[in-house]
Amino acid sequence: MTDTVSDPATPALELSRVVKSFGPVVALRSGSLTLQKGSIHALIGENGAGKSTLVKIVAGLYRRDAGDFRLEGDPVDFHSTAQSKAAGIAVIYQEPTLFPDLSVTENIFMGRQPTGRLGRIDRKAMRQEATEIFERLGVRIDPDRLTEGLSIADQQIIEIAKAISLDARVLIMDEPTAALSGVEVERLFAVARQLRDEGRALVFISHRFDEVFELCDTVTVMRDGSYIDTMPIAETSVDDLVRLMVGRDVTEMFPKLEAEIGDDVLVVEGLNQKGVFKNISFSVRSGEIVGLAGLVGAGRSEVVRAIFGVDPYESGTVKVNGKVLPKDNPRAAMAEGVALVPEDRRKQGQVLDQSVALNITMAIRNRLAKAGLIWSSIENEAAAIWASRLEVKTAALDAEGGTLSGGNQQKVVLAKWLASNPKVLIIDEPTRGIDVGTKAEVHRLISKLAQEGLAILMISSELPEVLGMADRVLVMRAGEITGEFDRSEATPEAVMFAATAEEDVA
Amino acid sequence: MSTSAALLDKPTREYKAYQHSALRRVLVTRESAIIGLLVLVLVVASIGVDNFASPLTLTFLIREIAPILFIALPMTLIIITEEIDLSVASTLGLASVITGLGVQAGWPLPVAALLAILVGTLAGAINGSLVTFVGLPSLAVTIGTLALFRGIAVGLLGTTAISTFPDFWTDLARANIPATPVPVIIIPFLVLLVVFATLLHFTPFGRSLYTIGLNKEVASFSGINVGMTKFWLFVMSGAVSGLAGVYFTLLYNNSRGDNAIGMELQIIAAVLLGGVSIFGGRGAMHGVIAGVLLIGSLSSALRLAGVTSDIINVIVGTVLILSVVSASFLAWLRTKRIAAVGKKKGQAGSSGDTA
Repeated sequence: MTDTVSDPATPALELSRVVKSFGPVVALRSGSLTLQKGSIHALIGENGAGKSTLVKIVAGLYRRDAGDFRLEGDPVDFHSTAQSKAAGIAVIYQEPTLFPDLSVTENIFMGRQPTGRLGRIDRKAMRQEATEIFERLGVRIDPDRLTEGLSIADQQIIEIAKAISLDARVLIMDEPTAALSGVEVERLFAVARQLRDEGRALVFISHRFDEVFELCDTVTVMRDGSYIDTMPIAETSVDDLVRLMVGRDVTEMFPKLEAEIGDDVLVVEGLNQKGVFKNISFSVRSGEIVGLAGLVGAGRSEVVRAIFGVDPYESGTVKVNGKVLPKDNPRAAMAEGVALVPEDRRKQGQVLDQSVALNITMAIRNRLAKAGLIWSSIENEAAAIWASRLEVKTAALDAEGGTLSGGNQQKVVLAKWLASNPKVLIIDEPTRGIDVGTKAEVHRLISKLAQEGLAILMISSELPEVLGMADRVLVMRAGEITGEFDRSEATPEAVMFAATAEEDVA
Repeated sequence: MSTSAALLDKPTREYKAYQHSALRRVLVTRESAIIGLLVLVLVVASIGVDNFASPLTLTFLIREIAPILFIALPMTLIIITEEIDLSVASTLGLASVITGLGVQAGWPLPVAALLAILVGTLAGAINGSLVTFVGLPSLAVTIGTLALFRGIAVGLLGTTAISTFPDFWTDLARANIPATPVPVIIIPFLVLLVVFATLLHFTPFGRSLYTIGLNKEVASFSGINVGMTKFWLFVMSGAVSGLAGVYFTLLYNNSRGDNAIGMELQIIAAVLLGGVSIFGGRGAMHGVIAGVLLIGSLSSALRLAGVTSDIINVIVGTVLILSVVSASFLAWLRTKRIAAVGKKKGQAGSSGDTA
């Protein structure tokens, strides 16, 4: 497999019509990717397009359900990451996983240290090779220092050095530049080009088009778990790629109901938290759905958590119906009618070990209590009403939340907050990881709630969802609001651009 | 999927409140197992151990375990929130010393007792502040205050003891409810039991303790003030320990700095035996009471049977370990079963979630 004199025309890696599903959820419908040696290949697509699933299949983390997977022309089938590594594949993730208490050299040779006499680790040989690799890559990192305290960029270089010492023929970099500064990106690119010139095949996953065009030779676009197109980078443009990535009639998917839009309910002014978000100002009116778009990591969840009071903010004000909410106080926010359906329903939304009834009534216990006392028949009664309104499918009200399917868990969390009779409903990723049928139900529900006069702020990383549901779209990038579009002006291209483009004038 | 979820209309779907019959829900619990074990020990001891079934044994048993019963109440709440209070016995000792010093200074006993309970409350507030406002783990905090409060207690009184308490009060501490072998201390205990059981099982506050114990993040995201909840639990624990200290002093007519040394472990052992999970989020008051009674009656029966105290410790320790192991074993068995069911479902293509 590591035979470097193999026919250069044989693709280094070839995936065709690869399928992967988790229960009823199809994560990868038909993934195809052909990597040539000595080439850098961009893999792009929206969140949820199936890129990560594809990478995990290549890395040996997942096993494909169907489809062809060839390495140097030979069919392969990985059962573990160790097999994938042994076959010459290295994956470098956005956040490297190194041992902080070990030296750079020790990390590179972790688990396969060269041994000398009597099986002792040959530190000299190890250090020698590490130094050589760094020289070849043209980077200066002290091989003897501890890994702790190194920047993400340096840690990625160490991961790359590890891959080279393993003589990896295929390197996959999953959003490596997300946490890097301009200079660091340049250095990474130089290293990547060096590896390409050595005849290795590289995959570069990124949301930043400028980087894709600067670095890559070929680009493959994915959408909805399927392969869409592959083309030389020189023969395409940003507009073309965005169209391919979004490529569907988004307005038909979610029948948005007409709602009467009233006065401002939630008003956020100049919210700041150093290093997280900056100068966030916006408002949401009653009956209005405001979509908050942007890439993962743009600071959207942090903003809504700060509004609700579970995350801190340094300055700025949050008002609900003209009343200023105190900081760090979810209870006060709830008292003014703010509800937050959090991003991670399993860790933040509900207690998986508690019953559906207890979960649904969690935010309204004080209101349900009679003379300060509460017992299960009161809770069951209230829970049954809300479970029924949201058509939650559960064996019984005392079934533990964790036994429900993903979509039904999300409905439980929605029920929990709708039961609190909110005026402002904030929903963070309302349909992440739920099946298509339930997804449409959740969308109808949100639309219906807006019609009833709720002010709704919806974070979503799925562009069609934002464009289909929102009356107004706010776009965040790197902790700032970089765009605001009315429903009529919110095109996929415009939103994508605001979410990804570097500011030209800084 | 059906068309438009008629959102705010009348309920369209009926839900079963429970998956299993009432009988099964009551019987197949850890609490029931402990109560069953308690009954078994009582029956076997009554038949097999001379004098165990006598009224005098009951009187002495209740007197002896009363401080444990009292402190087990707040301890249950604390462990359910995934915290612990190791300083309770030291607080009891401190309260005992304060009671003694107050009486020695010529105060009426109720005044000295009230001061002792206040000092206990303050001790609890110190624990609570360090946990809630400084953010330290309660295990570390209360190991520290275990030594600190005990040190103060011993320091205040040295190696001497005060045993000059008014007869009226010491007699009362030993008195039985007229015409029964049951000590009167059972009355204030039952009052507190009702208060704590109601608090735990029938108030929104009690519900939030379980939520905190199972998932603090969900608790915060649901508007539960995790920090202040813990603070008040430690305050309660201190106050009840103070009260137990007053009773302990009067019962034995003895105020000493080293009173009830090591009792915290007996209390925690009984609470865990009663089915409260050391990992938080699980447990019920009736199980805890059964746990305390089980350890108490088992030790008492063995003592009457002439078993030496070190052997009694070995037996009680073994029972505790077996009970904790059996709980973990049952939990493991349950997850295995759920996983097996989940797998079947997955094959049928009706459950699952993307990563």
